[in-house]
Amino acid sequence: MAGFLARRLLSYVVLVAVAASLAYLLAAVALDPRSNYADRTPKPPPGVVDAQLTALNLNDKTPLLQRYAVWAGGVVRGDFGKTVTGASVNDDLARRMGVTFRLILLGLVFGSLLGVAVGAYAAVRQYGWFDRLSAGLSFLVLAVPVVVLANMLILLASWANDNLFGTQVFLVSGEYTGGLEAGFWGQLLDRLQHLVLPTVSLSLGLTAVFSRYQRNMMLDVLGADFLRTAMAKGLSRRRALVTHGLRTALIPVVTYFAFTFGVLLTGATFTEKIFGWHGLGEQLINSIFTNDVNTVAAISLLAAVAVLFAALAADLLHAALDPRVRA
Amino acid sequence: MTLSGEELAEEAVRDVAPPSRLRVVTRRFFASTQGRIGFAVLALMFLLAFAGPLFTPWSYTDKDFTAFMQPPSATHWFGTLQTGSDVFAVTLRGMQKSLVVGLLAALVSTALAALVGAFAGYFSGWTDRWLSWVTDLLLVLPAFLILAIMSPLFGAGQWVLFVVMLALFLWMVTSKIVRGMTISLKQREYIQAARFMGVPPVRIIARHVLPNLSSLLIVDATLNVSAAILTETSLSYFGFGIQPPDVSFGTLIADGSRTAVYAPWTFWFVAGLLVVTVLAVNLVGDALRDAFDPGAKGRR
Repeated sequence: MAGFLARRLLSYVVLVAVAASLAYLLAAVALDPRSNYADRTPKPPPGVVDAQLTALNLNDKTPLLQRYAVWAGGVVRGDFGKTVTGASVNDDLARRMGVTFRLILLGLVFGSLLGVAVGAYAAVRQYGWFDRLSAGLSFLVLAVPVVVLANMLILLASWANDNLFGTQVFLVSGEYTGGLEAGFWGQLLDRLQHLVLPTVSLSLGLTAVFSRYQRNMMLDVLGADFLRTAMAKGLSRRRALVTHGLRTALIPVVTYFAFTFGVLLTGATFTEKIFGWHGLGEQLINSIFTNDVNTVAAISLLAAVAVLFAALAADLLHAALDPRVRA
Repeated sequence: MTLSGEELAEEAVRDVAPPSRLRVVTRRFFASTQGRIGFAVLALMFLLAFAGPLFTPWSYTDKDFTAFMQPPSATHWFGTLQTGSDVFAVTLRGMQKSLVVGLLAALVSTALAALVGAFAGYFSGWTDRWLSWVTDLLLVLPAFLILAIMSPLFGAGQWVLFVVMLALFLWMVTSKIVRGMTISLKQREYIQAARFMGVPPVRIIARHVLPNLSSLLIVDATLNVSAAILTETSLSYFGFGIQPPDVSFGTLIADGSRTAVYAPWTFWFVAGLLVVTVLAVNLVGDALRDAFDPGAKGRR
């Protein structure tokens, strides 16, 4: 097991290094930081612009490979370079990482737990009303992209705030209300009010995917001999389903989890930007528009690392659920 | 009652030729409610997108300076935008673009998946190792991120390049499945026979491997259409996809969402059409899968 994990880890590290380099080179070629200075008034002299860009390691007159070498050398020492405004990328991203992490973690937990529960229940009551309803709903949800879903939620929530509740129950912008003095519980309530809609828009798609997948896996397991044996030995149907059926049916779903993580990261980008959370995803979109090569490359690196951590976590979960892998 | 029974019997007698696979699949496809509804809605959407503009006096570049932000009326069926553009005309134009982009991207990506997967599976060893490594590498980087980084390269009118890039990030998972199936196909007698007769590998892949995977590839291409439309929408929403003089679902939804609170017609018509289109494509894909492989009903 340890050898298997070590080999996986090594190949993942190589993949991350190549992926991050690729992202840096692409960003350095496609983005043009020089154009940031073009429409300033008064126009800065070309010499000053060159000096500025060189100081930030963004000068397109320096050969690409030389810039890459400087960047890669910094990254190995844990320094992601400077943003276009000269601030440290590290400080900026460290602050934003927590925001994104919280959003993704909540979305992931809610989405996957709800999806697995819905799928498992739908399979147990196959062709019942719940099965049909969840199938129809997940089909519908899979046809709605996150950007549209988030906007629909905002519109519906503001309609509900005005017409149903009469007060602001759902808050649609930012992570918390600035300068709010309401003690611990008031703060918590405020955060929850901000959290509901982004979490729903992030996890709904995940729930739909997981519920379909879990349902089909569960149906395969339901007819299996070992479940009949477990019940013949005297376990109740419920007990047999949960301890034997669900556990076996979870194995392929866990493997699938690694694939969905990338989708979740992208979804978090949209959610942050639309709901005005100041996380990594929002910064990614902003930094592409401000031609901020170093920030883009750093976020790409973090995304690659996150996806591979998810893959590693999937491997570990797989081993925890399936004793044959551990041998 | 008896008459129709006789007619049926006659039909059965006349129909003695063995049914072709295409006809069997088509019959199964249209026997399912999903397939019928999906196909009808999708056909309707195409008709609306490409024939609809003929029925309105407004084109997507026209601006009506007597009507800004007007709700739907007899002259403007879906209302007008802030600029005086007719929402119906603009929406149909965006729909054309999204449908074309989605279809082309799906075709290219499925072709790529088939080629890479089949080559990796057929020539094991170093070819396989390299191709699989590239596949893994592209899976590690979220597609949206790379496409967004490259977006400054797709200027106005460069949407063909955009389609190619979109396709370049949709093929990985299918290619993994194709690779696995090719490895098992390679052991089959007819491929072994072809190999021992000295047929070159490329021809074996084209003549024997790919045709045997056609059902998987057709289903995959269909589902890729919806994936491509969704990705295109998200990218264009943030300004990374189709560029301003041109419109697509994404750019329209982005503009509409800003004014949706007081002018719902700018958002809900486009969003609704997008959802219905994607839903129809998914229904067709699911029904096709069942039609090709009735045993594996609802595998997902």
